[in-house]
Amino acid sequence: MPSSTNKPSLRQILFGSPIRAFGVVSLVFLVSLAIAPAKNHFSEWRHYQNQYLSLIQGRGDAVTLRRHFRGGIQQNWLPELGVVDRCTTCHVGQKEATLTDVGLQPFRRHPVMAHNVDQFGCVMCHRGQGAATTVEEAHSSTLAWEQPILPARYTEASCGQCHRAPLAETPELNLGRNLLAREGCVHCHTIKLPGGDTMKATDDPPSLSHIADKTTREWIYAWLKDPQAYAASATMPNFKLNDDNVRDISAFLVANSTPVAGDAATVSAKPGDTTAGASLYGESFCASCHAVQNAAGNVVGGNVGPELTRVGNKVKPEWLTAWLRNPRVYDPPTGMPHYRFNDQQISTLGTFLLAKSDSDFLANVHLDPATPEQITHGKTLVQEYGCAACHEINGIKRPENFAPELTRIGSKPITQLIFLPGMQHALPNYISAKIRQPRSFGSSLKMPQYTFTTQQIDALTTALLSRTDRAQTIPPALAVTATPESTYQPAGKAGQLMSDLACFSCHKINGRGGDMAPDLSWEGTSVQRAWLQQFLKNPNTLRPALIRRMPKFNLADSEINLLTDYIMTVYQTPAFDRDSIDSSGDSRVQVEQGRQLFYSKYACQSCHIVDPKADKGYVGPTLTQVGSRLTAAWVYHWLKDPQSLRPGTVEPNRNMSDDDARALTAFLMSQRSGGRPGNKAAKVQGERVPRLEARK
Amino acid sequence: MMRQTILVGLIVICAALWGCTRKNTSAVGPTPTAFGTALVESSGGKQIGGVGTTLPQPVVVQVNDDQGNGVAGAPVEFTGPRGVSFDPASGVTDSSGQFTTNVMLGSMAGRYQLGASTHTKAQKSVDLKLEEIALGDQERLGAHLDETYCNRCHNPESTPERVSNYDNLEVKPHSFTEGDTLNKMSDADLTAIISHGGPALNKSPLMPPYGYTLKKMEIQALLAYIRMVSDPPYRPAGTYYVQK
Repeated sequence: MPSSTNKPSLRQILFGSPIRAFGVVSLVFLVSLAIAPAKNHFSEWRHYQNQYLSLIQGRGDAVTLRRHFRGGIQQNWLPELGVVDRCTTCHVGQKEATLTDVGLQPFRRHPVMAHNVDQFGCVMCHRGQGAATTVEEAHSSTLAWEQPILPARYTEASCGQCHRAPLAETPELNLGRNLLAREGCVHCHTIKLPGGDTMKATDDPPSLSHIADKTTREWIYAWLKDPQAYAASATMPNFKLNDDNVRDISAFLVANSTPVAGDAATVSAKPGDTTAGASLYGESFCASCHAVQNAAGNVVGGNVGPELTRVGNKVKPEWLTAWLRNPRVYDPPTGMPHYRFNDQQISTLGTFLLAKSDSDFLANVHLDPATPEQITHGKTLVQEYGCAACHEINGIKRPENFAPELTRIGSKPITQLIFLPGMQHALPNYISAKIRQPRSFGSSLKMPQYTFTTQQIDALTTALLSRTDRAQTIPPALAVTATPESTYQPAGKAGQLMSDLACFSCHKINGRGGDMAPDLSWEGTSVQRAWLQQFLKNPNTLRPALIRRMPKFNLADSEINLLTDYIMTVYQTPAFDRDSIDSSGDSRVQVEQGRQLFYSKYACQSCHIVDPKADKGYVGPTLTQVGSRLTAAWVYHWLKDPQSLRPGTVEPNRNMSDDDARALTAFLMSQRSGGRPGNKAAKVQGERVPRLEARK
Repeated sequence: MMRQTILVGLIVICAALWGCTRKNTSAVGPTPTAFGTALVESSGGKQIGGVGTTLPQPVVVQVNDDQGNGVAGAPVEFTGPRGVSFDPASGVTDSSGQFTTNVMLGSMAGRYQLGASTHTKAQKSVDLKLEEIALGDQERLGAHLDETYCNRCHNPESTPERVSNYDNLEVKPHSFTEGDTLNKMSDADLTAIISHGGPALNKSPLMPPYGYTLKKMEIQALLAYIRMVSDPPYRPAGTYYVQK
């Protein structure tokens, strides 16, 4: 082996002699010992901390900033919340109030917020991996971590983990939660709330058990093909059914429908003309709940009831007559009030509504009589598509757990999701894509196509992202609970009358009801009996700027008395007695002092009108006759603290002294209607206002 | 022989790389067929959106020729700071000379300077600057409070849902975008006027105090919102730091 003697092998070079071997092993040992400190020295966070130090160098506040700066890994450990955060290792300046001019991450100052970082940590709101100390591992999804950082636009989702009631600070989350309940999502998808309840739907899809009374098979066909073609604001989504399936479903629904007694009616009165119909529609404030698409294509009106743009294409005339006479015959729990229309009014309004039709709408729908096979197939389809999850249908049971449960969707591991090609692999993208176009994930999927706007999709995604594991498991003591849903129902005959008039569609009483009109829980303390009676007889407008108003129900005197008695007796605040302040003995001096306060110190005329000639403000209700409307005690306590009587009211708390509040009460209570001393005061005040202006 | 093979191999690799890069650059949008000399904003500037969300309205710019008429088929390209994305980011103008893009703002609250550019026949670049505002959480709360408490008097515009009270007031309130007036007022002044009403600064009592109604944090949020939407932009007074 001549080569081995001439050229020593690598092994001989390194380990040829014991000394050499010792040297080599020592070198390897030292190098391997140096790896850990080197890794530490060249770590990302150290790089950022050095960058921060050079950033603050030379600033006017450098001394303060450097004193606040603590090098090394920073950790925030909150055992109660299960949070370990090291984010502040790199996000060094997030608490520095003077760093407003730094726009560079990770050194930006954190915007002012309701919570303290030391108490809540970072990952509670932003998600991500708190314990990580590299940018990639902390923010992005890796194999080891399923919760990447939450994009900024969905941050409100994190508030929803603990805050179960709506917050003023989270408009998007509130909207998303409302949409989940209102757009019918929770009819099919179960969302369990931490308390053990499930989220309830607030929409009211109509029962289809008697649908043949109400409409024709042709209309059902056109509606199922494309609900938005009938009404742009329709809640019903598009199931993208083919012609045969729509034909069979409509055949089944009509064949399956059972008639309701009294559901078809005719009136002998001659039909009214269109102008009379339009004015009756206006007077009855139908537009408070129902929308109509105007010539410009805008849908104008309320969204409590269905849109009426093409209602003439939909309803049968006899059904409409019966419905206008008493909607509770066809649909007992409907939110539509029972207006006491007379025959002439029913005829006028009915003619007006039936004229709201589009001659092209059903022009192309021609259906042959249904065959038994079609009806059977229709039934199968109705079961398959889960129609009964929303609608009541004769002989079909409401399917349980029809769609995947969404209780913990916000913590769904992305390994369990199937993404579309080209989609970013992140949970928010998946959820929003599913809402935007459900069938893009597979044409055989049953979830229908909704017509949400981008803002609505963002809001829904936010609300769904808030349904995390943490939201379900957080200790009850740490969560901010929502007020439980009220099932309040007023008792007795008055309660029946209130149900008949559907007061709860607009008014909230003791936690139940809509928010379109004022809360009536303490109405009895607030108003005077005579005014309430008059108001129910002929509701006039308290707030001229509002377009949604109380309709006239054409109540009988006995009904008005029943309702007034009930409201005056039952709806009282426990905070004070309605008769505790008597304003009848107020002196002129006191009234005059109140007037001065009203116009100069508190400048109430910016929002309220007392003298219709001089005052113009119309943010708040008109106060021209407030002395005949409200009780002195209510006015006084309202002035002292408006929010305590009606949370969220726009009127600011003025921190008024007792004397000022009393004087203003005296002035306001002197504003009465019709031939009382207050009227004289109003005249005097008409002269005074210009003088006040002149002094300015 | 060996050397020749390597040489040929290198040439092939270079050609392939060149081909790939060429392909990438030429794949963007249709080729321009005409050129204009000016770029103007049609709509979509100065919008207010949320962080990381698509602006409510698309941004539309128009390429004009010397006579001020729209030029169809002219190239337009949009650029923005980090985090801003355009859909589409570049292309050619439509038949009326306009180019429309949807803008998604980044995840930081603040003002975003967007750039649109086209070029003339002589490859001279024509630029246009646009500004959009992204509201963060705090400013969004401010916007919500503005809508609830302030808007009805401070915004002269009415909507069907909200009739403006502006015209009814003897002393006209300032719109929150009136930077020329509001930027001169310090944070402390604005906080005082919101908390204690107009008389706090010897102004009209028609402005009521909200200090007993809003929380301190809410007033701060309102202030942040007012500062964010002011036009011209608000620059805080005080120390300016010289960057080395």
